Amino acid sequence: MSSLIKFIQKAPWSARIGIIILVMNIAVAAFAPVISPYGETEITGDVWEEMSLTHPLGTDHLGRDLLTRMIYGARNTIALALTITFLSFTLGTLGGFLAATLGGWCDTLLSRMVDLVLSFPTLIFALMVLSVAGTSILSLICVIAVLDATRVFRLARAVAMDIAVMDFVEAGRLRGEKTGWIILREILPNALPPLVAEFGLRFCFVFLFIACLSFLGLGIQPPTADWGSMVKENAGAITFGIFTPLWPAAAIALITVGVNLIVDWFLNLASGLKE
Amino acid sequence: MKNILNIKGLTIEGFNDNQWSTIVDGVDLTLARGEVLGLIGESGAGKSTIGLASMGYSRRGCRISSGSILFDGTELCQASDRVKQKIRGTRIAYVAQSAAASFNPAHRLIRQCTETRVRHGQLTAAQAEKEAIENYRRLLLPDPEGIGFRYPHQVSGGQLQRAMVAMAMACKPDIIVFDEPTTALDVTTQIEVLNAIKQITRHLGTAALYITHDLAVVSQLADRIMVLKNGRKVEENQTRKLLDTPGKSYTQKLLSVRSQRPIKKPVQLKQNVILEVNQVSAAYKKKELVLDTIDLTIRRGQTVALVGESGSGKSTLARAITGLLPPLSGEVIFQGNPLGASYRSRDRESLRKMQMIYQMPETALNPKQTIETAIGRPLSFYFGISGREKRKQVLEFLDRIELPASYINRYPGELSGGEKQRVCVARALAAKPELVICDEVTSALDNLVGEEILKLLQNLQNDLGVSYLFITHDLATVRAIADEVVVMLKGKIVEKGPRNKILNSPGHDYTKRLLNSVPKMNPDWLDDLLEKRKNTRSKKAA
Repeated sequence: MSSLIKFIQKAPWSARIGIIILVMNIAVAAFAPVISPYGETEITGDVWEEMSLTHPLGTDHLGRDLLTRMIYGARNTIALALTITFLSFTLGTLGGFLAATLGGWCDTLLSRMVDLVLSFPTLIFALMVLSVAGTSILSLICVIAVLDATRVFRLARAVAMDIAVMDFVEAGRLRGEKTGWIILREILPNALPPLVAEFGLRFCFVFLFIACLSFLGLGIQPPTADWGSMVKENAGAITFGIFTPLWPAAAIALITVGVNLIVDWFLNLASGLKE
Repeated sequence: MKNILNIKGLTIEGFNDNQWSTIVDGVDLTLARGEVLGLIGESGAGKSTIGLASMGYSRRGCRISSGSILFDGTELCQASDRVKQKIRGTRIAYVAQSAAASFNPAHRLIRQCTETRVRHGQLTAAQAEKEAIENYRRLLLPDPEGIGFRYPHQVSGGQLQRAMVAMAMACKPDIIVFDEPTTALDVTTQIEVLNAIKQITRHLGTAALYITHDLAVVSQLADRIMVLKNGRKVEENQTRKLLDTPGKSYTQKLLSVRSQRPIKKPVQLKQNVILEVNQVSAAYKKKELVLDTIDLTIRRGQTVALVGESGSGKSTLARAITGLLPPLSGEVIFQGNPLGASYRSRDRESLRKMQMIYQMPETALNPKQTIETAIGRPLSFYFGISGREKRKQVLEFLDRIELPASYINRYPGELSGGEKQRVCVARALAAKPELVICDEVTSALDNLVGEEILKLLQNLQNDLGVSYLFITHDLATVRAIADEVVVMLKGKIVEKGPRNKILNSPGHDYTKRLLNSVPKMNPDWLDDLLEKRKNTRSKKAA
């Protein structure tokens, strides 16, 4: 634990801001029931009320307290987006590395499967699968993760291809190492920088994708709160000069920036760049 | 005679690890019109940095902190970019080490050779082309009218290097800076390039800075030689004087040719044979044989040197033996047992007994693994040694390769090239192999560092009795380490036998030419050789 603190103490100020943003968001998400003034789905006022002492951020299109919805939204959105991004990275990286390391039929098979998925417009593909599989949280996670993994696969394969032909990988093969060691110990540490950079980007896209699906009725189902659908639901308020939808939008922007600041720091560490 | 270039107290600093450190430290240098000055030293001596500085240029992250660079009366240190731009390419030209990386592969050669001339508005494209063809002829390129209209990949490495010299000559500069122009070439091609450079410096009266780490090469061209070490001048003298009476011990070290080791008595017993390559043929594409029915025998405790130009199939043979490239026909027999064609089909024990050391220590070590992991992995993988015992053995290996014990936690990036190569040697030996294949292990290293590696390999052989298959294009290395020599040309073995027989009385024409082409520490060597070759050619014609 003390080494973790020391590690963070060495971080540049930009990364510290990122860490603060992320920690705040996670804390809010974790203690949602304790700190939120009302219940998640409780209607407490009029439609689109202005900011007041009883409703610090106003109310939404159904008269629910916006701050409460934001707090609960953090819980659903962050957990979901992080889970999906991690899952898609694990899948995509593993697939890409396998394709690059083994080559031959394994590469052909995996690459053509990915091409097949990529040849459909992502949104339509997701809508198709979700309407068949149902709109449970689990199927939502699986569908977006698999779709996203195809893009990670492409990157991971390209990066690993360059590394797999290096002499030290060849030396490992000649030593008789198993594919697992070659992927995890020889290739992965050297492929991290571009993958970590991609992680930050993918994380934001996942947010937006969930929001998109929610808007179309196949994402997170109401009345569960999530930032993306809150923007969509309250978008109409803008025309009346009420800035209710800007709060969840700002929250998305903030956490995106936060995550990317941390990712940048990791990227510098991983690629050995000094400040 | 008036000096065209006058450098005084040149100090150049580089930004590294958050501080400025000195790369070149107060070097004085003068160059008269038509004179060739050789700059020699190991990597890190600051040769290239000085070469670039003479054009008023410093690499990114470097700065010229003090001193003056006077080019024909113009002070380049304070000159504006426009002034410098005008001088570069027209009055000072630069020839880089790797022509292949310096040409744009998408344009024909002649367009790139005439570009400066046309861009500076001195000539029209047609005039410039005519002139370029004239230069090609002067540089003894084959088919001077046609060669310019080829793309860079359509000509050989030596021709490309000469095309680059032609490009530098295009504007009739006063000075050409040659930065290791022949280092990447085979000895036989090197001669052509050296000859071409000699022609132009002699006949056009162009002054030149010739940067290299090879004293024998520079002594063919230079009037004067300056020896550099760690950014400081060691000594400077007329070529002949420097070669005859080197003043400093460092120069003497550079001068001393690789020391020869006593040859071991080959024991011709059948059970002593470690590796037998039997009628092996291999190809990357069907029908284009890179290896053509190769036979090779390596005995216990012996070093077999495999010599040939690049493209002769030396490295491919190593790939066929290790199973990275399964041969089309023939078999590899290791200690009496035929090995599987692909390394995938070989068992762990036979993989262990055959280890490899690579040419580039930079890519042969995983940059994200510590030295302990690199050397320790074969120990745990083959022998199941782990924990404290593994660390102890890694320390023993570090001691054996003469590296300090503190290196155990370092990453390859924190080591120099020679130290990395030592770690590669230790990694190979940690597997306790019977045969080590060394693929050009010294060619990426400086002469003195390479010499140390050869010594290390020799000592280890004496202690452990391993056999080496030594792939190299450098005959000095062969002379130093080999018991037996195998000469390869175009995928075939043209000659093999004991070292002294091959090196002293070669049977095949190609071997003779190869031996002839190695530069000697004699300023007249190139002229004599060319004269001799011309005579034999005219004799043949008659």
